[in-house]
Amino acid sequence: MIEVKNITKCYGQHKAVDNVSFTVESGEILGFLGPNGAGKSTTMNIITGYLSSSSGTVTVDGCEILDDPKGVKSKIGYLPEIPPLYLDMTVQKYLEFMFDLKKVKLDKEEHIEEVCRLVKISSVTHRLIKNLSKGYKQRVGLAQALLGNPPVLILDEPTVGLDPKQIIEIRNLVKSLGKKHTVILSSHILSEVQAICDRVVIISNGHVVADETTDGLSKKLTKSNRLLVEAEGNKSKIIDVISSVPDVKSVKTESVLSDDVYEFSVEVKEDADIRKKLFFAFAQANIPILGLRSDNITLEEAFLKLTSDTRISSRKAGE
Amino acid sequence: MGAIIKRELYSYFCSPIAYVVMAIFMFFSGLFFTVVCLVNDTSNLTYVFTNMFLITILLTPIMCMKLLSDEKRLKTDQALLTSPVSIFGIVMGKFFSACILNLVCMSIYLIFGFVLSFFVTPNWSVILCNFLGLFILSCTMIAINLFLSSLTESQMIAAITGFATGLFIYLIDNVAKAIPVAFISNIFQKLSFLSHYQDFTVGMLTLANVVFFLSVIALFIFLTIRVIEKKRWS
Repeated sequence: MIEVKNITKCYGQHKAVDNVSFTVESGEILGFLGPNGAGKSTTMNIITGYLSSSSGTVTVDGCEILDDPKGVKSKIGYLPEIPPLYLDMTVQKYLEFMFDLKKVKLDKEEHIEEVCRLVKISSVTHRLIKNLSKGYKQRVGLAQALLGNPPVLILDEPTVGLDPKQIIEIRNLVKSLGKKHTVILSSHILSEVQAICDRVVIISNGHVVADETTDGLSKKLTKSNRLLVEAEGNKSKIIDVISSVPDVKSVKTESVLSDDVYEFSVEVKEDADIRKKLFFAFAQANIPILGLRSDNITLEEAFLKLTSDTRISSRKAGE
Repeated sequence: MGAIIKRELYSYFCSPIAYVVMAIFMFFSGLFFTVVCLVNDTSNLTYVFTNMFLITILLTPIMCMKLLSDEKRLKTDQALLTSPVSIFGIVMGKFFSACILNLVCMSIYLIFGFVLSFFVTPNWSVILCNFLGLFILSCTMIAINLFLSSLTESQMIAAITGFATGLFIYLIDNVAKAIPVAFISNIFQKLSFLSHYQDFTVGMLTLANVVFFLSVIALFIFLTIRVIEKKRWS
């Protein structure tokens, strides 16, 4: 449905997006993830034709953005980072304007009513946009993107500025939209992407650093299995006890909490649960365990790791 | 384009701008009409239209200052530029909306003609020529100010540069006279809006004058489109 091929965008010397490529299949929800300033918005602006790439091509449903800009633009509903709202208009007038602007060929009143119902703004249609709260403004922006039922939806951080209840509502809405539309959604919140998207593209410093299904990513990134053990006693003796337990790969002193109280990080073989064995081994050696918890790498940490790695490597490349 | 014209007119008439512009325009038109025609007992509208030159030059920056600068400031240009409308369509939509507001202002001249018709049979062809002259001058000023508005995000800067440009256009005849080099002085004289406009005010419709103003409009519309396109590529 959408094919992004080797796009690069330079601002003078600075490369905001560097050789980014990915494809989105029809009916898929793609999460576009990255820290602030990673190039998410720039990439989305290029796909929607707001900006032009310095090199590379974007193809949406067989139309290329440079050859047939109108064709591509009429297939895309776009919610930019800052919703493009005319503050001096009422919601109804604004949506009517966007309806005309997009040259939608549906029944005007009926369609606007339907979209308003979908994003739950029916109660504010006669209010001026400048008087709406941030959450409502965001939803009007979303309504605008949905006008004309475009096959592709591009949403740049759609849940920013919403309260927790609204966030869940919008997430559910996007999820349900994914059944009929192809959606690209950007976010810097991992759990959000995990909850909504089928596939994730992580971008950092203008580079794609991961392109995986959501499940695949979490499996891949959380495969190491670690335990944190807090115990009191002689340090070398404790290490011996832990090492004696089967399935333990390595033991490392994590920190010294106080006299004779240490925290160890224990690397364990995949799919092995050694907590019981560890408990009895300690009991036999007469060493008290003060704490025991698993320390799997969370997606958040993995994300940080992925994005900070590229930062370091690109800095090195710069040197 | 139709959608943009509609929205701009909505925005004009839902804010004080349209009413302020109309009030100023109609006040001065009425003042000149009273002083020139009614007091001096004449049906000759030439001086009314000559005086309106300055008023038009000073009013158009107010009409045009927010047309494109506000789009950039509020990021609404993202909606326009990602919708299936060409940049030409966007710019022309903005241009025509200001022209329409200007026509609404100028409708007061119909009343003047109507008032005059009580005393004499007005020379309608001359009045029509006056009217056309003022309208085409306004459209030219709108194109120039639209271009200035596309250069900045600030309404204030757009308006101030608009006033400065307007004043320069107003003073260009004096500048031309002050330049001792005949060649350069000639060029300035040829560029004088006032001398091109004055033919209209005496009821002379010449092709050269119409072409002059139309080419200035085309030039600045073209430049405005280029400025917006440049933003995409830079």
